[in-house]
Amino acid sequence: MRRVAVTGVGVVSALGVGRKAHFDGLREGRCGIGELEFRDVERLSVTIGGQAKDFKSEDHFGRSQIALLDRFTQMALIAGKEAVEDSGIEIDEALGLRSAVVIGSGMGGLGTLDEGYRTVFEEGKNRVHPFVVPRSMSNAAASQLSMAYGIKGPAWSVSTACSSSNHAIGQAFHLVRSGLSDAAITGGAESMLCFGGVKCWEGLRVMSKDGCRPFCKTRNGMVQGEGAAILVLEEMESAKARGAHIWGEIAGVGMTSDAGDIVQPDPDGASRAIRSALKDAGLAPEQIGYVNAHGTATAANDRSECTALKDAFGDHAYKLMVSSTKSMHGHGIGAAGALESLAVLLALTEGVIPPTIGYQEPDPDCDLDVVPNVARDAKIDAAISNSFAFGGLNAVLAFKKV
Amino acid sequence: MSSDTELKVREIIAEQAVLDVDEVKPESTPEELGLDSLSMVEIVFAIEEAFDITVPFNANEPNASDFDISNVAAIVKAVEALRAAEA
Repeated sequence: MRRVAVTGVGVVSALGVGRKAHFDGLREGRCGIGELEFRDVERLSVTIGGQAKDFKSEDHFGRSQIALLDRFTQMALIAGKEAVEDSGIEIDEALGLRSAVVIGSGMGGLGTLDEGYRTVFEEGKNRVHPFVVPRSMSNAAASQLSMAYGIKGPAWSVSTACSSSNHAIGQAFHLVRSGLSDAAITGGAESMLCFGGVKCWEGLRVMSKDGCRPFCKTRNGMVQGEGAAILVLEEMESAKARGAHIWGEIAGVGMTSDAGDIVQPDPDGASRAIRSALKDAGLAPEQIGYVNAHGTATAANDRSECTALKDAFGDHAYKLMVSSTKSMHGHGIGAAGALESLAVLLALTEGVIPPTIGYQEPDPDCDLDVVPNVARDAKIDAAISNSFAFGGLNAVLAFKKV
Repeated sequence: MSSDTELKVREIIAEQAVLDVDEVKPESTPEELGLDSLSMVEIVFAIEEAFDITVPFNANEPNASDFDISNVAAIVKAVEALRAAEA
């Protein structure tokens, strides 16, 4: 069977713009969560988030480009540029026909819709900007990336809330492994840190007002982030043949549905996804050294996720290092799995396990090694990354060191 | 003939074309100014905003609508007609 290499990585997050800033943040255990800055923020009861404050549209795009690009697409393009340059891949006409783009996003261009609704409802105007549709559509980032790199094979967007990125990366992995494509640009992008976006989440009463503390006894909810992370996937032998730097191998994916509740997670669905990913990758539970947890810091998720890990890994669960980098960059929603794949690649390539920061007090329901507060040096050969979405849609990726 | 309407229309077109207003001449066509169909949609939007009018422009058939965009002078004339009609 064909194997799949990650040859390029790019990122925009609350930890900064680009790999160096993001990786430095993960290594240092830096918190990118802070006070939100946008119009009408004073009307929100939740005013913190993982805003990518270093990402300024004008630094990267001209006025006519910005007119057509929502912030989520802008971040996808900048992360995509970094990933493609990092990979050194040259996408000529022939490879373009054999390449794919699969990008996850939970809400697409919500900021654009928010502005448009404000114009017609609040300001009482009767026309909106002419490009609301091409800016806001969920496939905008996938389409813009295909246009930027002349990728003419399969291209689509995936929207499964918090699992969007892992489903997207999983499908791109399938395309390359099966031979349908030789290369893929994949990952996720999300930007809904605007008044309407946060107001929607407030309503669910799952948001923390003071910080993201996954697995901690004092945790009191999730903190929204934003950003984009893009990976370049290539067939392993051709990547090696051209001398590409290989960050790691995506070895398997597991996807399940709880078929239960629209918001409450079910450990059974999560556990089945983990087992399925391990089986697909041909990995025994004992081979896994690190789990990048979904770890949202809601009471329900973290408890359910720990139960699922114990169910899937048995006694080995207590030997795993399990961390949630959402504590640093916030919950990227549709970008979460892609942002978190970078934490896994950092662990595989540099032997640095990113920490779960903000950790204050152990929770008996979450009695695993959550790598509290400080990054750890540890050599690992394989890892998994969990994403469990509202709606009970679970996607777990399995990675191996190359 | 110079009018407030003409100047404002030329400013809108110049901004979209990333040109100096002086370079936007009455006889200039959208093609000569490097304006594609999306740029024309943005210009129509900006004209509607600036003059508070509704422009009958269909991007599917840009040359078939009542709003003549064959050159800058035609656009100015069309805007003046719309303003007069709504006045």
